[in-house]
Amino acid sequence: MSAPNIQLDNQGNLKHFLTIEGLSRDLLTEVLEKTEGFLGVARQAVKKVPLCRGKVIANLFFETSTRTRTTFELAAKRLSADVLNLNISTSATAKGETLLDTLRNLEAMHVDMFVVRHADSGSAHFIAQHANPHVSVINAGDGRYSHPTQGMLDMFTIRRHKGDFENLCVAVVGDILHSRVARSQLLALNTLGTAEVRVIAPRTLLPANPEALGVRVFHDLREGVRDADVVIMLRLQRERMRGAMLPSEHEYFQLFGLTEERLSTAKPDAIVMHPGPINRGVEMDSQVADGPRSVILEQVSNGIAVRMAVMSMCIGTQNIRGQGYSDG
Amino acid sequence: MAEVTQISIRNGCLVDPANGIDEHTDLHIADGCIAAVGDAPSGFRPGLTLDARGQVVCPGLIDLCARLREPGLEHKGTIASETAAAASAGITSICCPPDTQPVIDTPAVAQLIAQTAERSGKARVFPAGALTQGLTGEQISEMAALKHAGCPVMSHADRPMRDTLVERRAMEYAATFGLTVVLRPQDHHLRDKGCAHEGRVSTRLGLPGIPEAAETVALARDLALAEQTGARVHFRGLSCARAIAMLAEAQERQIAATADVSAHQLFLTEDDLEGFDSNCHVDPPLRTKGDCLALRDAVAQGVIAAVCSDHQPHEEDAKLAPFPVTEPGISALETLLPLMLRLIEEGIMDLPAAIARLTVGPTRILGLTAGNLAPGCPADVCVFDPESRWLVSPDTLLSHGRNTPFLGQEMKGRVSWTLLSGRIVYERARTLS
Repeated sequence: MSAPNIQLDNQGNLKHFLTIEGLSRDLLTEVLEKTEGFLGVARQAVKKVPLCRGKVIANLFFETSTRTRTTFELAAKRLSADVLNLNISTSATAKGETLLDTLRNLEAMHVDMFVVRHADSGSAHFIAQHANPHVSVINAGDGRYSHPTQGMLDMFTIRRHKGDFENLCVAVVGDILHSRVARSQLLALNTLGTAEVRVIAPRTLLPANPEALGVRVFHDLREGVRDADVVIMLRLQRERMRGAMLPSEHEYFQLFGLTEERLSTAKPDAIVMHPGPINRGVEMDSQVADGPRSVILEQVSNGIAVRMAVMSMCIGTQNIRGQGYSDG
Repeated sequence: MAEVTQISIRNGCLVDPANGIDEHTDLHIADGCIAAVGDAPSGFRPGLTLDARGQVVCPGLIDLCARLREPGLEHKGTIASETAAAASAGITSICCPPDTQPVIDTPAVAQLIAQTAERSGKARVFPAGALTQGLTGEQISEMAALKHAGCPVMSHADRPMRDTLVERRAMEYAATFGLTVVLRPQDHHLRDKGCAHEGRVSTRLGLPGIPEAAETVALARDLALAEQTGARVHFRGLSCARAIAMLAEAQERQIAATADVSAHQLFLTEDDLEGFDSNCHVDPPLRTKGDCLALRDAVAQGVIAAVCSDHQPHEEDAKLAPFPVTEPGISALETLLPLMLRLIEEGIMDLPAAIARLTVGPTRILGLTAGNLAPGCPADVCVFDPESRWLVSPDTLLSHGRNTPFLGQEMKGRVSWTLLSGRIVYERARTLS
């Protein structure tokens, strides 16, 4: 009983952006192409385009976030939208308001788009299913499930450096089990036709059926990055040291921490990525993080352009259909 | 209708697995009990004759596990509302788990439930006594008193037995009084904060998983203790193929272990979680296609002797949230019989076997005599039209809970009459003569 893809409207246009799952290679490529166009906006004297003028975009963050929320805010402002920032973890739900109550109240303020981050997998789907049909929902990270704009900004960064995905070998290192970023990356890499997608982690940080993610599994970092074009490091949450997931940060770094020496089996021109923020000395040492192969800061800049692309596509779908709240 | 003391149900297909009957014949009821099967006794003057042509006449169904939500959670359902739903589904006896608020660990709570049910008069309700006080797994309950108050079995609901020594003592103490112990095998450490079967789908959807071992580890422990103590143990709601194999092996070695399965586990799998449908959030979780097939096979073979509804009605809000934080469970009384009939249609088993899993199977586990139509037995009878189709929708459900993944599906098989001690407690279409 596969659910219909609620992300697309009847014409196949992007209405919500909840997950990479179910989106075609063409659509992902369209996102990447649009991103190229928006990259220039940051370099203009006036860093604004009027694509979302008159639209209200609400950043609905049920989990704390600095970078993701800031880049979404900047992206929305560069599109000339009005932006509301709501940190719900500290306000409404603490007073016993349900997720749906919060949603209804904001809809009553004629919000056109929700950017949602929430601690539970499936939250963005839930909100999209229950939101007013005129409203678009963009997933800014839900539980362990999906963080599709992060996934796409990583694809964009890879494409800028490596071009076509069909000849690439990409290795993702670290806590795959708990990572929504990893799930989005792996889905996007496979949809875009990447030749080989690998994950490298101890068994405790892998999901039960990694093959369901279309990956080759390695437990040895040197083996796993051998001949890789791209090495993506994942953030290791400190709480994984509890609950018997790992013995210590020390042993984790010894086995899975990226150093120049361990990177030596990768292709000479391999790039290193990280969704940030980095735990230096845990996931990688500073020599790699700040080294010539690191594209970590570039990822952040690209994040704004990708989010502009996705937001403008969803709002564009609203405009095509003459929707939104322009009718009052 | 109360004045009518003699009823004949004519022309139906009588299916009474306990007595090996499966034939077109008449059933006669007098003074609340079965008077005769076949020809009416001499001088029998029915005040009411029900024409059951084209219909199946069977013992009233017995549901080993249905939560009625009273006392304590009346916003989800009440004994009155849920027993009325049960009657409309042909269910005449219900065993409710002890995790009410307060829990059923004193005779007072057990009697309150039984008496409230009696006042509603729609179904018999047998409260399962709590195996430990407060279901905390620390101190065994006053089982003799609970038995005296009408609890047919002692259960630990879905709560974990953390201490194996307490579990052993509880089994021994229950066995002293010939009481069966009902356990939901689940290791709470391995379960952790899981909300979906740990496998292919949970991997993709990023849902915290519940591994199969959460069930098998607990089952192995419980079986070992059952063997050690000689206590009779009934396992509530098995969900995976490996657990079935362990149970079958134990039964071969004459360990006194039985098990049931929730009807929805025979039809739904992990794949139904796509799209995060919170109505598919159940505990134990929906597992793989292979597990589902193994459960079906075990029901057909009789390794699993009973199928229950595992009815858990919820208010709408309980399911209106992101999947992991919704409350688990399905409102299931009214789909129990149609789902069993679907197993027949799909060639898994025949009608008498399907009826047996809903009547004589559960009644033996509870140690009761209900669930058969022998002369002299209380006339708890279900008459249903196996061909009648209906749509599961909020309008067709009588339960307070509309939380079912079968919403919008067509079901085949609809109850025409339900009789409790010879009294009509549910009637769909009046066909009187």
